[in-house]
Amino acid sequence: MTERTTAVDAEEVRHVASLARVDLADDEVGRFAEQFEDILTYFERLDEVPEVDHDADLTNVMRPDEPRECLETDAALENAADTEDGFFKGPNVS
Amino acid sequence: MTAQTVQRGDLVTVIGLEVHVQLETETKIFCGCPTAQTDEPNTNVCPVCLGLPGALPVLNETAVEAAVKIGKAIDASIPEETRFHRKNYYYPDLPKNFQITQYDEPICQDGELEIAVEGERRTITIERAHLEEDPGSLQHVGGGGGIDTAEYTLVNYNRAGVPLMEIVTAPDFRTAAEARAFLAELEEVLEYLGVFDAGRDGSLRVDANLSIVDGEEVDDEGRIGTEALEAANRTEVKNISSHKGAEKALAYEETRQRNAIQRGRVVEQETRHWDESRGITVSMRSKEAEKDYRYFREADLPPLRVSHWKDEIPIPELPTARRERFREEYALGEEAASKLTSTKQVADFYEDVAREFDPDLAATWVADELLGELNYRDLEITDVAGRLDAVHRLIELVDGDEITAKNAREVVLRGMLDDGDDPDEIVEREGLGKTGADEVEQAVLEAIEENPEAVADHEAGEAGAINFLVGQVMAKTGGSADPGDVNGLLREELE
Ligand SMILES: [Zn+2]
Repeated sequence: MTERTTAVDAEEVRHVASLARVDLADDEVGRFAEQFEDILTYFERLDEVPEVDHDADLTNVMRPDEPRECLETDAALENAADTEDGFFKGPNVS
Repeated sequence: MTAQTVQRGDLVTVIGLEVHVQLETETKIFCGCPTAQTDEPNTNVCPVCLGLPGALPVLNETAVEAAVKIGKAIDASIPEETRFHRKNYYYPDLPKNFQITQYDEPICQDGELEIAVEGERRTITIERAHLEEDPGSLQHVGGGGGIDTAEYTLVNYNRAGVPLMEIVTAPDFRTAAEARAFLAELEEVLEYLGVFDAGRDGSLRVDANLSIVDGEEVDDEGRIGTEALEAANRTEVKNISSHKGAEKALAYEETRQRNAIQRGRVVEQETRHWDESRGITVSMRSKEAEKDYRYFREADLPPLRVSHWKDEIPIPELPTARRERFREEYALGEEAASKLTSTKQVADFYEDVAREFDPDLAATWVADELLGELNYRDLEITDVAGRLDAVHRLIELVDGDEITAKNAREVVLRGMLDDGDDPDEIVEREGLGKTGADEVEQAVLEAIEENPEAVADHEAGEAGAINFLVGQVMAKTGGSADPGDVNGLLREELE
């Protein structure tokens, strides 16, 4: 098994968290750095798996431009934490 | 090109555009939800466009056909194989937290479009055009409704998954007016292709990048080296939604940057938001860098191999070619030809009548009378598509000399447009049918007999007398005689 040469640092963890709009407390950053490290190591092990024909032999999979039935609004909103007048409702974003 | 006039030390403006156009389809790009506009939020949604787990996108064939037509119209190459990618970013307008788009294998590459600005023709390079899905729409509520001050956000995914084509130009524009001319030309072409409806809300959205470089960097062909372009700090202006808006936003941004440079300040490389109501651009918090989007292949969509569609799908004659053909074939002036080719519907209707009647008369009736009256009523030709047979009949009546042009315009055409009546009905009701020659002649003889004083005045050389007699004849014929003919007849009789 190959060893990772570059370690995941706190800066990288904070950047990835900010892209995902996740707030991390300082004590969490270290924990996630270790976990990222583990995840990347697992993925590197995949490099050792011999390559097989990975692309299914499919091209041009298309459908005609015909309307299909949609979800009822109530069903569409069913999993939402908060709604208002048929809208999904969320916090202010900028 | 303005290359000759560029002097050392001059500042040159460099503009490139990213134009998002909505493709005219019945359904969204990856699911069967309708694209029709509706006021009710979250009604045109399904597991695919809501990004529910396990839902699989399936590509809309009509959207791909539209992309191929666009590629053909802009003379782009359609690669043997093209693919979709995921662009990852977290924002509530994207239910999946990624947008399906095309990254390094777009469906159209290396195209061009010719524009004319103040009589000068320029060819604008189109680097690429690709298919993607539209995000949903957000409403920022409370706290004055500003993005930064709002209390909460309402999300509507009816737009999510609507098919878009993003068309990216090279930084070939040197003025805001050129950018506007390009957008107008592009819209015309897309409407001719039948893949775009400018009347749909939000169907055209533009991001523009603008930088200022030293005139020294411009070569004799008017080109600017990539190094100089990369060295110049540019701003990306977002939230432009019309041609006029593009011209205003870019003119504002150009002045802002030139002023900064002239005051010895550095132009920040940043994203700015065009605030249409205030007429200014404002700095936006900087977004992700390209690598932060972590593009990767969309494994749920197999690759497309549609380059041969280019030979199979026909496209109509495009506006520029049609304009030139009209000028030659129907001997039209530049202005008339350009009015008559402004939309495919207008051009088709013109050809329909020009083939049957006098092309000059047809041009006057379509370009001036019909478009003029429509414009006055804030209507488009598409709003009266079902009435064009009636307009055709009206032109036939004028061409056959059955009614006067004045009556046709002022009574019949207006009545047709305002009340929806048929031309023959109006002619009959208002008694506008041109009176037969015998009847006019009879009226002329009567008028002469009944007005000996006017006849004497005319013979004494009084210029106004003949007009009085014409008026008498017109009154007798109920206004349906042609005043010019009456004048001629009177003069003949009085000689
Ligand atoms: Zn859907």
